[in-house]
Amino acid sequence: MAKLTFLGGIHPYDGKDLSKDKPMKEVLPKGDLVYPLSQHIGAPAVPVVKKGDRVLAGQKIAEAQGFVSAPVYATVSGTVKAIEPRRVVTGDNAMSIVVENDGLYEEVEYPPVVPVEKMSREEIVAKIKEAGIVGMGGAGFPTHVKMSPKEPDKITTVIANCAECEPYLTSDYRRMIEEPEKLIGGLKVILHLFPNAKGVLAVEDNKPDCIALLRKLTKEEERISVAAVKTKYPQGSERQLIYAVTGRAINYEMLPADVGCIVDNVDTVVAICRAVNEGKPLMNRIVTVTGDAVANPQNFIVRIGTNYHELIEEAGGFCKEPEKIISGGPMMGFGIFDLDVPTTKTASALLCLTHDDVSAAEPSACINCGRCAEVCPGRVVPKLLAEYAERYDFENFEKYNGLECCECGCCSYICPAKRPLTQAIKSARKLVLAEKKKKK
Amino acid sequence: MSDLRKVSSNPHIRAKDTTAKIMLTVVVALLPATLFGIYNFGLRALLIIAISVATTVLTEYLFEKICKKKNTTGDFSAVVTGLLLALNLPVSVPWWIPVIGGVFAILVVKMLFGGLGQNFMNPALAGRCFLLLSFPSIMTNFECDAYTGATPLAAIRAGEGVMVRDMIIGRTAGTIGETSMIAIVIGACILILAGVIDLKVPGSYLASFAVFVALFATLSGRTVSAPYISAQLAGGGLMLGAFFMATDYVTRPVTKKGQYVFGIFLGFLTAVFRIFGASAEGVSYAIIIGNLLVPLIEKATMPKCFGRGGERS
Repeated sequence: MAKLTFLGGIHPYDGKDLSKDKPMKEVLPKGDLVYPLSQHIGAPAVPVVKKGDRVLAGQKIAEAQGFVSAPVYATVSGTVKAIEPRRVVTGDNAMSIVVENDGLYEEVEYPPVVPVEKMSREEIVAKIKEAGIVGMGGAGFPTHVKMSPKEPDKITTVIANCAECEPYLTSDYRRMIEEPEKLIGGLKVILHLFPNAKGVLAVEDNKPDCIALLRKLTKEEERISVAAVKTKYPQGSERQLIYAVTGRAINYEMLPADVGCIVDNVDTVVAICRAVNEGKPLMNRIVTVTGDAVANPQNFIVRIGTNYHELIEEAGGFCKEPEKIISGGPMMGFGIFDLDVPTTKTASALLCLTHDDVSAAEPSACINCGRCAEVCPGRVVPKLLAEYAERYDFENFEKYNGLECCECGCCSYICPAKRPLTQAIKSARKLVLAEKKKKK
Repeated sequence: MSDLRKVSSNPHIRAKDTTAKIMLTVVVALLPATLFGIYNFGLRALLIIAISVATTVLTEYLFEKICKKKNTTGDFSAVVTGLLLALNLPVSVPWWIPVIGGVFAILVVKMLFGGLGQNFMNPALAGRCFLLLSFPSIMTNFECDAYTGATPLAAIRAGEGVMVRDMIIGRTAGTIGETSMIAIVIGACILILAGVIDLKVPGSYLASFAVFVALFATLSGRTVSAPYISAQLAGGGLMLGAFFMATDYVTRPVTKKGQYVFGIFLGFLTAVFRIFGASAEGVSYAIIIGNLLVPLIEKATMPKCFGRGGERS
């Protein structure tokens, strides 16, 4: 059988050996915790506490504003020190709630749990929304919105995105190895919402131990199967994963639900399990702290809001001077200039590299080799789109499907002339999409 | 702002391949043909090659120096141009022929249009065609110490028999680098294995050429046989052109379908020129005319994107 995959893609050095065998370890934050109100796509949350209030871990400190939004919870006990703009990973200053940690980690009492079989669809979705769950693979799209397609009965496939195709990242891998029952439990909750759907755990075939373990645990589950997908970046990209698993292809204007699919990342599915089966809101996530500049690369269970400095300290500090620090993976993460930023719901890794490929390689003229088009999972011609983008020729940019780009970075990675193709296309997309929104 | 560090847009890692590495691979892949040419035609061939490469590199260097542009000779593309130009010259040419050809190729075809990536036709071939038109008798004089007879293609055209085995090995008259099919194919294998080229352009070029040349030869009243087709394929600049010049990134279409269209078109033109043209050869003209059509071919063969039918092809 041909392997489940997509056309295009790349095989970068994966760096996962640095941290893949390090069990998840909880990090207890010592300093202040910072909770940006916007850790998701959609309207920022609205604070429901004020300066001076005492809060407990698990207490809601900001309420969702509207449907496409998500609440935020305190993850330690302490006092609200300020509600003010603080720097976040993107380099922006974002309105945040700052909690002074009292070191007691007192937790609220969670409401009693109702078995999922006894809950209606609306009640389950409401629980997910209330728990503040968003897509934890990096996009941060509020999960309850995903769980509310127009026609739930038409959903045929729920895919747990266990691909983890980004180099260096091992957070999902550790989750799957150490808490597979939570992953399967979360998937069962989602399947409960979609009675006509089958659940698929899609794992890249560089994790045979995960595949074997999940297969063993789901042997008795009629509605759940494990799909081994080819190891290739960006296999975990939503559109590419749906195509690999179901053979259905969606363009940028479509939602997975349009082809009967729901896709959720490992940590998101686990958070759903926690929320529905244990009644706990989203308070922590797994963060891989890794890279050749880190003394002791590890996978940490991190309370949302924890400062990145504390994570580096916990990993033994720097063994070499890092030249570049990235929040997330090397392909789609954010380069950060300062470690003084908080862990958010979407932060999957903190990657510290002693060598920055980008500043080392000076862009030169395009030689038209066509490698960017070969590796592009969106099947567009990046070098052409980048030319249009650089000339502000947005008409042709759109005509030649510039908006279909998923910003995965394959074109910039492969370019022998080291041209920043992804950057050019990304910027043009932003402008064109903003213009479109204005027109509507 | 305790520890300001480098930031950039994603992705933060880059593959190891560079333009210079690709160009060096092409130079290495041309070595078998180059060495055979020197062995076949003697040390004078080496002199012509040296003059040609020195001219192209120096032209690029001086142009950039005078125009106060960044020096780009380190990408080795001028070396490739110089080498290809020399391999397309008869060994008997005077020293100033590679100089004029090299200056034309780099200055007019490449640098004046914006340098690497902007040239609208293959610089080496454009240089050769310029020389062919300007100095036809020098450029078609294939007599030298080693060979006094006609080139195999001229012989076939005159209706004479040729030794296909000699053509495959390369013991025939011709330009410095074109005679040995084996040496060129070894180089082509290097390029294919290194992932620098694939068979889309050369494959469709050679296959369509075989079909068209058989068709046109029949139309013009020849008896077409397997040795005739083999001699047409092995003769002249076809092999060198198909694997090393039609595959030039800058001047071939970037789209997959376009590459097939381009290859077939080159096969057609080459067959037309060889059968109906004034000269026995036609590869160089076919490729530079094909180069001119590349923007059109690309426009007409833009791929469908993912989610709109392009996910399977």
